[in-house]
Amino acid sequence: MKFPFWRGKKQRQLEQEIAAHLEMAKRDHLDRGASSQQADSATRREFGNVALVQRVTRDQWGWIWLEEFLQDLRYGARSLRKNPGFTAIAVLTLTLGIGANTSLFSIVNAVLLNPLPYPHPEQLVTLHESKPNFRAGSISYPNFRDWQNDNHSFSAVAIARGTSFTLTGLGEPEQINARFISSDYFSMLGVMPVLGRFFAAGEDEIGAAPIVLVSAGLWKRKLNGSAGALGKTINLDGKAYTIVGVTPASFDLFLRTARAPDVYVPIGQWSNPLLMQRTAGLGIHGVARLKPGVTIEQATADMQSLTNNLALAYPDADKGIGATLIPFRKDMLGSVQPVLLVLLGAVGFVLLIACVNVANLLLARSTGRTREFAIRAALGAGRGRLVRQLLAESLLLALSGGTLGVVLAQSATSAALKVLPAQLPRSAEIGIDTHVLLFTAAVAILAGILFGLVPALRTSQPRLHETLKEGGRGGSGTRHRAQGVFVVAEMAMALVLLVGAGLMIRSLAVLWSTNPGFQPHNVFTFGLSLPPSMMGAPPATIRAYVRELDAKFAATPGVEAASQSWGAFPMISDDEQLFWIDGQPKPTNENDMKWTLNYVVQPDYLKVMGISLLRGRFFTVHDDERSPFVAVVDEFFVQKHFGGEDPIGKRIHLHYLDLNGNGTLVQIVGVVSHVNQWGLDSDNNEQLRAQLYLHCLQMPDSYISGVPGGGGSFMAVRSKEATPRLLDALRQTNRQINSEQVIFDANSMDNIISATLAARRFSMILLASFAALALLLSSVGIYGVISYLVAQRTREIGLRMALGASSTDVLRMVLSHGGKLATVGVLIGLCASLALTRLMDAMLYGVSPTDPPTFITVAFLLTLVALAACYIPARRAIRVDPMEALRHE
Amino acid sequence: MANRYQNRIELLQGTLDLLILQTLRWGPQHGYGISQAIRLNSGDILQVDTGSLYPALHRLERQKWIAADWKLSENKQRVRVYRLTAAGKKHLLSERSRWAQLSDAIAGVLEPAKKESEA
Repeated sequence: MKFPFWRGKKQRQLEQEIAAHLEMAKRDHLDRGASSQQADSATRREFGNVALVQRVTRDQWGWIWLEEFLQDLRYGARSLRKNPGFTAIAVLTLTLGIGANTSLFSIVNAVLLNPLPYPHPEQLVTLHESKPNFRAGSISYPNFRDWQNDNHSFSAVAIARGTSFTLTGLGEPEQINARFISSDYFSMLGVMPVLGRFFAAGEDEIGAAPIVLVSAGLWKRKLNGSAGALGKTINLDGKAYTIVGVTPASFDLFLRTARAPDVYVPIGQWSNPLLMQRTAGLGIHGVARLKPGVTIEQATADMQSLTNNLALAYPDADKGIGATLIPFRKDMLGSVQPVLLVLLGAVGFVLLIACVNVANLLLARSTGRTREFAIRAALGAGRGRLVRQLLAESLLLALSGGTLGVVLAQSATSAALKVLPAQLPRSAEIGIDTHVLLFTAAVAILAGILFGLVPALRTSQPRLHETLKEGGRGGSGTRHRAQGVFVVAEMAMALVLLVGAGLMIRSLAVLWSTNPGFQPHNVFTFGLSLPPSMMGAPPATIRAYVRELDAKFAATPGVEAASQSWGAFPMISDDEQLFWIDGQPKPTNENDMKWTLNYVVQPDYLKVMGISLLRGRFFTVHDDERSPFVAVVDEFFVQKHFGGEDPIGKRIHLHYLDLNGNGTLVQIVGVVSHVNQWGLDSDNNEQLRAQLYLHCLQMPDSYISGVPGGGGSFMAVRSKEATPRLLDALRQTNRQINSEQVIFDANSMDNIISATLAARRFSMILLASFAALALLLSSVGIYGVISYLVAQRTREIGLRMALGASSTDVLRMVLSHGGKLATVGVLIGLCASLALTRLMDAMLYGVSPTDPPTFITVAFLLTLVALAACYIPARRAIRVDPMEALRHE
Repeated sequence: MANRYQNRIELLQGTLDLLILQTLRWGPQHGYGISQAIRLNSGDILQVDTGSLYPALHRLERQKWIAADWKLSENKQRVRVYRLTAAGKKHLLSERSRWAQLSDAIAGVLEPAKKESEA
C-alpha cells in the first residue's frame, strides 16, 4: 500500500520501530537458547499481525478521514481509467455544463456583481430633471447652478454633455468625441489625473479661459504621451484650448456611449446661446455624490423642496420641474439585469441537465458493479464507506469537468464578447477572476455531490444475498424507474429552454419584419464636420455651401440622392421642438406646449429614406430662405395634434426657433408616413412620436450660424445598389469640396438597425445555444436509457421473437417506452414553461410569453428528437437473434 | 477484525496508559522495553498486546504526555525511545490517585461480599 507524501516518513518510522521491537524480541529468544527459526516464529506469534498493529497505530495519528478519502480518490481514479468511454462522455458533458455556467457567470460577475470602480460607489446617483413628459430629462444649466448651490444632501453635483469637435493643428484634421463637464465631475468620482490637474472651481463658468483635459488615448496618440503636453494648446473647432491635465485610460463614466471621449471641456465653453436658458433641454445630465449618511430618499425629499422653491421663483420655466435621482449602478445597468438573470437561470438548467445525464450514466454503470459492491460489503466495507467511495468518484469526474470547463469558459467568454452588444456596460472588464474560479469550484463540487448521491445511495444498499446469487443481474427494476425519472426531468428542462429560445427567435423574426417606415437598404449615413472657415461665416455663405455639399455628394458615382439632416435622425439621434397651433393662445408655460420630434432636412430626404408622401407635397428646390416657411408632418402628428383632420394649410408656432419667445410661424404643406425613430422594438412605447420636418435652407439665420460649430452636419445618401467602395467615393468627393472637412461615423442604415437589435440578438444566440446544448444532452440521456433497456431485455426480446413477435412489434415496444418518457417530460416541461416564460416578458417583442405556436412546435421537435434517439437502440433490438439471445445466459 | 483490537484498547485504555506512564518514570524506554517491564513487574501476569501498546504510545505522544526520540541501542540499532514529559508526570500523579480511589472503592465493594461468604 502506498502512502501520501506527508505520511511516508511517519510510516517508515513506524515500520522501523516495529522492526526494532521484533529484532529485540528475537534476540531475547535466542538468548534463552532458541534456534533462529524457533525465535523467529515465537517472535511473530507474540507480536501478532504486523500490518494490523500498524493500522491501529496509524489510526491514532488523526487525519484518518483524509487518508481514507485519498484512498477513495485513488480507487475512483483507477476505476474511471478502466472505463475510458464512460469517463470521457461524463467529463465532456460536465465540461459543457460547467463551462457554459462559468462563462456566463464571468459576464454576470463583471457586469452585475462587481462594484463600480470608484470609491464609495453606493453614494453615487445620477441626476435628471423630471418633466411632465420625461422622468429623466435633461437639466438646464441655470437650474444646475441653483441645484448645486442650494442642496443640502450632496457633497458634490456635476453635469456632463456629449459633443464632438474637429481637432486641427495636430496632423490630419480629425473628428473627436468630447464632453462638456462641470468642474467637480472627476474629483467627485474620486478619479485621479494621469498628468496635470482637473478643472478647478470657477473654471467651468461661462466666460472662463478655454482649457481642456485630454484622454490618455489621445495624449498618447497625438501628443506622444509627453509630460510637455501640459500648457500646450490644441485647436477644437478652430478655437485654441490650453491642456491642463490627462484623464486615466480606463475612465469612462457614461458607459452606455459607444465611444469614449477624447477630450473634456468646461461646460462654460459651450457657445450655445440656449445654455443660459432655464427652459432649454440640451441633453445635459448630472451625477452627484450623496453626503455620508444621507439616503437617496432624504436627498430626493431635499431636492423636492429645492425644486418647489425654484418653481415659485421661476414659474415660467420651472413649473412642474422636479428632480429624479437614480442609484448610479441601477441607471448604468438599465435593462441588462433581467436579461442576464434569465440567461443565468437558463444556463443553470443546462448544468442540471448535464448533472442528471451523468447521474444516469453512473446509475447505468453501477448496475455492472452491483456484484463488486456486494463483495466489498461482504468483506466488511460499511455503507458509509461505499457511499463515500462513489462520491469520491463523482467528485473526480466533476473536478475534471470543472477544470476543462474553465478552459472552455475562457474561450467561450471571449467569443461571447465579440457578439456582445455595446450596451452591456463594462464589457472590457469581463474575464476569469477569483470569483469566477470559486464559483466554478463550488459548482463542480455541488454538481459532483448532486449527480453522485442518488446512484451512490442506490448502489450502497446491495441486497447481498440476492445479488451474489443472481450473478449481478438483480435489482434493476427500481433502477429503471430512477432512470425514467431522470430522463423525464431532462426532457422537461430541455423543453423550458427550447421554449425560451423559441420565443426569442420569434421576437427577433417579428422585429426583423417590422416596417420601420422607411427603406433602410442602400442608405448610407455619415457625420460631416464643416471646415473651420465656416465658423462665424454669414448665414448666406453657409446656405450656399450646404447647397453645394448636397449637389456634390448627390453627384458622386453610385449615389442616387443625398440630403443633409440636422435635427433628429431615425435610430441615431433625436431632437425635439415645442409648438402651439396657430389660433390657439400661446401656453404660458413651456410644459403646456405640444412637442414633436424635429427633422431638419433637404428636399431629397424622402427619396433618400424611401419615406412615402401621403398627402400634399414635400419640400422642393423652390422652397428657400425667401419663400414662406413651410413644414411637413407625419401621420401620427396628424392623429395626435389635429385629431386626424387634414392639417394642410394649418399653421403652427415653433417655440425654439424664435429667441424672443413669440414662436416662428410655419405652414403645414404635406403629410408623410410615420418612421420608427426609436428603433424597431421600442417605438410604440415612446411618448414622443409625432414628427415634424423642416427645410434646412429655410431655418432662421441664428440656427444656420450654429450649424458649423454644433458638431457639424449629418448626411444620408441612397446608393443605386450595395456599393462596397461607396465610402471611398464619398471621401474623394469630400476632399474635393474642402480638405479640412472630415467624414466621421460612416455607417450603413442596415448596420445601424441591426445594432439596435444587438442586445436581443445576443440573448437570443445565448439562449438558443443553451437550448441546443440541452436538446443534445437530453437526447443523449434518453438514448442511453433506451440502449440500456434494450441491452437488459435482450433475452426477453429474443424470447418474444422466438414466440412469433414481428420486428415491428419489437420496434413499437421499444419506441413506445421512449415515447412515454418523452411525453411525460414534455408535458411537465410545458407546465413549467407556462410558469417560467413570463419572467422573460421584458425580453420579448410581439410574442406572448405563452405563444401557442412556439409551445406546440417545440413540444413536437423535442418529442421527435427523443424518438429519433430511441430509434437507434430500437434498431439494435430488432436485430436480436432469438437463438443467440436465449443462449446469452 | 480491526474492531477486536479497538475494543481491547477501549477496555485497557485507562489502565494501560497508567502502566506505560509509570514504567517511564524509571527512565526513557522503547516499546519492546516497556512491554517487557510491564510483564516482569506484574510477575508475567500482564501481557501487553502490541496491538494495544503501539496505538497507546502514539496516542500518548499526540496528547504530549510522552515524547519520543530516536536513539541507537546497545546493538547499534535505531530504536524509538519514549520519555515522560512534565505534563505526563502531572497526569501520572492524578491518574495514580484516581487509580488508588478506584481500587479502594472496588475493594470496598468486594470486601463485604467476602465477609459474607466467609461467614
